[in-house]
Amino acid sequence: MTTMTGAEALWRTLVAHDLTTVFGYPGGAIMPVYDALTAFPDVRHVLTRHEQGAIHAAEGWAKATGHVGVCIATSGPGATNLVTGLADAMLDSVPLVAITGNVARHLIGTDAFQEADITGITLPVTKHNYLVKSAADLPAVVAEAIHIARSGRPGPVLIDIPKDVQLEAFDGEIPAPEPEGERHEPSEEAVMAAVELLRSARRPVLMVGGGAQGASREITEFARAWNVPTITTLMGLGVFPASDPLWLGMPGMHGSVAANRAISGADVLVGIGLRFDDRVTGRVRDFAPNARIIHVDIDAAEIGKIVTTNVPVRGDAASAARALTAHARPFDHPEWNAEIQEWKGRFVRHEHWSAGYAVKAITDRLGPDDILATDVGQHQMLSAQLARFEKPRRWLTSGGLGTMGFGFPAAIGAAMAQPEVRTVVIAGDGGFQMTAQELATLTRYRVPVKIAVINNSFLGMVRQWQEMFHGRRYSEVWLGDSNPDFVKLAGAYGIFGVRAESADELPAAIDAWLAHDGPSLLEAVVPHEHGVFPMVPAGASLSEMVETAPEGVAK
Amino acid sequence: MSLPTSDFLLSLIVRDEPRVLTRVASLIGRRGYNIKSLSVGTTEVAGVSRMTIVVSGDRSVVENAIRQLEKLQDVIRVVDHALEKFVDRELVLVKVAIRSSEERVEVRHIADDFRARIVDVGRHALIFEVTGDEGKITAFIEQMRPFGILETMRTGRVALTRGSNADVPGHVYAGETRALEPAVK
Repeated sequence: MTTMTGAEALWRTLVAHDLTTVFGYPGGAIMPVYDALTAFPDVRHVLTRHEQGAIHAAEGWAKATGHVGVCIATSGPGATNLVTGLADAMLDSVPLVAITGNVARHLIGTDAFQEADITGITLPVTKHNYLVKSAADLPAVVAEAIHIARSGRPGPVLIDIPKDVQLEAFDGEIPAPEPEGERHEPSEEAVMAAVELLRSARRPVLMVGGGAQGASREITEFARAWNVPTITTLMGLGVFPASDPLWLGMPGMHGSVAANRAISGADVLVGIGLRFDDRVTGRVRDFAPNARIIHVDIDAAEIGKIVTTNVPVRGDAASAARALTAHARPFDHPEWNAEIQEWKGRFVRHEHWSAGYAVKAITDRLGPDDILATDVGQHQMLSAQLARFEKPRRWLTSGGLGTMGFGFPAAIGAAMAQPEVRTVVIAGDGGFQMTAQELATLTRYRVPVKIAVINNSFLGMVRQWQEMFHGRRYSEVWLGDSNPDFVKLAGAYGIFGVRAESADELPAAIDAWLAHDGPSLLEAVVPHEHGVFPMVPAGASLSEMVETAPEGVAK
Repeated sequence: MSLPTSDFLLSLIVRDEPRVLTRVASLIGRRGYNIKSLSVGTTEVAGVSRMTIVVSGDRSVVENAIRQLEKLQDVIRVVDHALEKFVDRELVLVKVAIRSSEERVEVRHIADDFRARIVDVGRHALIFEVTGDEGKITAFIEQMRPFGILETMRTGRVALTRGSNADVPGHVYAGETRALEPAVK
């Protein structure tokens, strides 16, 4: 037994679990935790400039490594500034532990200064949360929170610690960490039902999502052993190598022609580690209309939630893929493959100066180990269409929540997790300004993140919808009258910046941007109006995909 | 003991933690499930509470609700009474207006038929306690309505699984235990 305070117990338990990088921002009700931090030289605390920056950085850390990300904030406004990140992590199943301070126990419920009911507020956007009433509970609570965050379907867990609990001394022990990487084998019965259905397929397709990011090897073996065309969702990019001829790209609203046509034409669809989001399915009743569906997921609540499932398989993606590989009988369906090859030849070519041209030029320069983060909007969809990932956990994007402001801090977290690889973030001029204050974090820690701002002076995705579905009535989407000079903005933080305003200027600008030793910013000033295609209009079925810009609509 | 097709009775075995009721209610509200009644109480096992919930909807909606409820960390087990035979009861307190001695006699006769107990006697009102299934309770209230119902309070249905099994995992009773596959959370 050791005597320690609640604050010390928190740090000791995190250190025992090897969670020694934390992103945070201090304040009144978390001060004892920050005071105790000074006695833990092995802990690297990354001070961001906003709590939202801290939690997105922790998400970036978690997405790139597969391990639990940790962030810290004070009570009240500090805690509520984490809410967006928690909701983001909840929808994208990111393992996260968020620590918040709260007012002392006797003040809880009195509307004390900087008091917020953060466990109440975050109840629907966390996998679980705790209000710790006694310091002696902390070691077990922190260990359990870490376990919950990373087991089963991962997600965010919040621990709210009143200030006097942080200060309270007790005699206790730090529990030994549990091993990571638990497996959930699917039942033999479910596997054999899936195998039987798969063997009957004439037009099979495999679709993998973010739940398979930790099962890339097994998924790749499965797809190759069965010789099944493979689609990766927005969250699943990188699970299956893009260079493999079986890869069809991304499905859904801005998915590839090949992926969407294959879904519409398939007779058996295997979905692994995905949740049939509405951006993927389009109009649900017309999704994969000819297919019988095998759905593999660790979360039983996702199976049958959106689409009718013929064969439910509950288990983790790696175990299920391995079990299915063991029964492989490679498909040989020349007509289906010929159709798919024809579809694969249909994609938008970005031949003239545009956002797509700039994104393609940037993503073409990425190597297989490089990490690419994006913000949310047109540049995100273009990046998802154009980047070619060979490995998992190289792609950081906000999928479910679509959080503008996510990309840049997430890139900082990833770059700090893996300093040996290059981390690039592509953001729009709108979203970048939502968390641009984290330029200070780059400067403080000299994190060599490469920032690309695709500046079209519009909130581009909203503008595209207004153009196509709201009679081109542009309502509050023009930012061009008040955007900063992004190169100067970077310069104000001591960060190198370079601008390209044309296709001619771009190669040299990219060279200078990537060659710069340290963080740097590239501003690509692109035409104001451009669209992302293909596009499945909201509420339409995948088969109603618009492959290129219609007459009179910006390309 | 058949349920209307749209009503499903669930028993939740939950850890007796702060906000567990809020977590269950919040999930049901957020996902848009339609809840008809919810009752909660402690059990014979320290630290374990039990809820009986009546959810209405089609079967697939209710099955999804069960899967979502199973994911809550404080939910130990969800018993789906569409699959497990059960007994259920509801208790109601009904305050009935009494205007004359004739009415008083008549009301007491009806109450006897329902085996209702009088738990409060006033000059101008009686409070009855009735226990039974939902249909009996509803019928009693309908019988009393012409006399003038001043107030009612229904507990909502409470249920237990029939037989010698116990729903609380690991709780050995009469030599039978059920091997449970724990939900992946």
